[in-house]
Amino acid sequence: MPAGHASDPQELSADTPAKMHDAEAAAGRSGSDAPAGGGPIVETKDLRKCFGKNEILKGIDFEVLPGEVVSVIGASGSGKSTFLRCINLLEWPTSGQVLYHGQNVLEAGYDVNRYRIHLGMVFQQFNLFNNLNVLQNCVIGQVRAAGVSKAEAKDRAVEYLSKVGMEPYVEAKPRQLSGGQKQRVAIARALSMQPEALLFDEPTSALDPEMVGEVLSVIGELAESGLTMVIVTHEMAFARDVSDRVVFVDDGVIAEQGPPAELFENPQLPRTREFLTRFHAG
Amino acid sequence: MNTSAVAGAVAVLAADGDDGFFIQVWDILREYWPWLLKGVGVTMLLALTGTIVGIGIGLAIGAIRTIPRDAHSGGLFRRIVLTLVNALLAIYIEVFRGTPMMVQAMVVYFGLDMAFGISLNVLHAGLLVVSINTGAYMAEIVRGGIQAVDPGQTEAAKAVGMSHWATMRSVVLPQTIRNILPATGNEFVINIKDTSVLMVIGTAELYFQGKTIAGISYETFPVYMLIAAIYLVLTFTTTRVLRLLERKLDGPENFTLATSSTTPESILRPGGETLAGRSR
Repeated sequence: MPAGHASDPQELSADTPAKMHDAEAAAGRSGSDAPAGGGPIVETKDLRKCFGKNEILKGIDFEVLPGEVVSVIGASGSGKSTFLRCINLLEWPTSGQVLYHGQNVLEAGYDVNRYRIHLGMVFQQFNLFNNLNVLQNCVIGQVRAAGVSKAEAKDRAVEYLSKVGMEPYVEAKPRQLSGGQKQRVAIARALSMQPEALLFDEPTSALDPEMVGEVLSVIGELAESGLTMVIVTHEMAFARDVSDRVVFVDDGVIAEQGPPAELFENPQLPRTREFLTRFHAG
Repeated sequence: MNTSAVAGAVAVLAADGDDGFFIQVWDILREYWPWLLKGVGVTMLLALTGTIVGIGIGLAIGAIRTIPRDAHSGGLFRRIVLTLVNALLAIYIEVFRGTPMMVQAMVVYFGLDMAFGISLNVLHAGLLVVSINTGAYMAEIVRGGIQAVDPGQTEAAKAVGMSHWATMRSVVLPQTIRNILPATGNEFVINIKDTSVLMVIGTAELYFQGKTIAGISYETFPVYMLIAAIYLVLTFTTTRVLRLLERKLDGPENFTLATSSTTPESILRPGGETLAGRSR
């Protein structure tokens, strides 16, 4: 696994060995022939998704490498959220492949729940478990899905909650928190699973403007720590700052992608230019 | 009760002599209180057991009916079995919601004996009937309760890798139980009253005891007034207790901030250690 995970010893370094261990174990379990350290964590090939007669994704080839931070941008309805949800199979792709370390997770009999443990997800609407308090939110998945002992799960949860500045709120129920606080807990919940990569589905779109900053700064810190992330976002300035690569999705396909400097300063396609201009104007 | 009987009863009620209405009621209470107490006990046992078992049946059916059945979530055999199970559950619900409990009591009590030679005592037969009857209603109530849980909750549970059963147990059903509590209280109150139909098989619940006492004492009106009053006390107390339970399940309005040396001051709200709840 990549050295990138340990780039910043102050941030999130504690989970790196465990994460690497997890990833190797997962690769072994799934019988992957991916060489350790090399190759993308997740890859999609000709990914298509139809809702009824409506084809939302029209063949997406994509990969995310260990340690990489990828932002996915595009107009509303372009399919970028559907694409993200297809990666961890919250939407089942109509055709194509989703490969996890080279193993097609769409195959019959593949342990989808196991696979999802290795991919954290942060939702636009937070989706914290309403019946559980902040601490339990970060513990339950570890215990019920990953089989971590309760004591260890609690330690991990507190560790990640303090990283996002939510440790004092362990006893609070989700309804007692602000949007920004909820989203930071949701990030801690995802991190507590010690995933190989984290998926963000418009993490700041449901937040009041004054709360966007606190969430973006947490995500920014994670990016610096070397965590692998795929971020669907409308925050262009943020995407430019944190990403290694920006992917522009248009009408169900990846229209253009590249390093943020190139894509934002010198887009190749008229469609990309139009989108970025409209965005700056809006 | 016909008009003249009512008129007579009112006259008795108004009379303030030794044979006054309240004296009669008091005499009945004094003489037959062990019978009445037994009736209350049996009625509450039937209603409570029926409701609790019914909730269990309802939640189990709710969890079974929400098992994903799409093409990618299992083999053909699994899907066929699930479809079959769902059909059987639908039949159970329709049959037990669509026939009177009085008829169900007769069919179960006498039917089990004639068809299978299973001879239940009347209390056990009553418990069985009221439980499966309530279960059918609860299944539908639970279905609504599950639908009322935000789909995002299930998605978040899936996203951390939880199985259907883990998701149901830890996330969806606890929220469902809160959602269905008012309707469940309703079922409980209905059960307290409607278990009176079990007297057709001779279960010694409150109405059956009343009927017996009336038959012995010939004091029909005071006995049934007394029975009605007892039913009212039972149902009223029950609704109050359930309301308290609802409030308890909602949890405290406030929470305490854990103190920690790693907490930046900026995160703590000014002016105190506790934050008021935001929801209401």
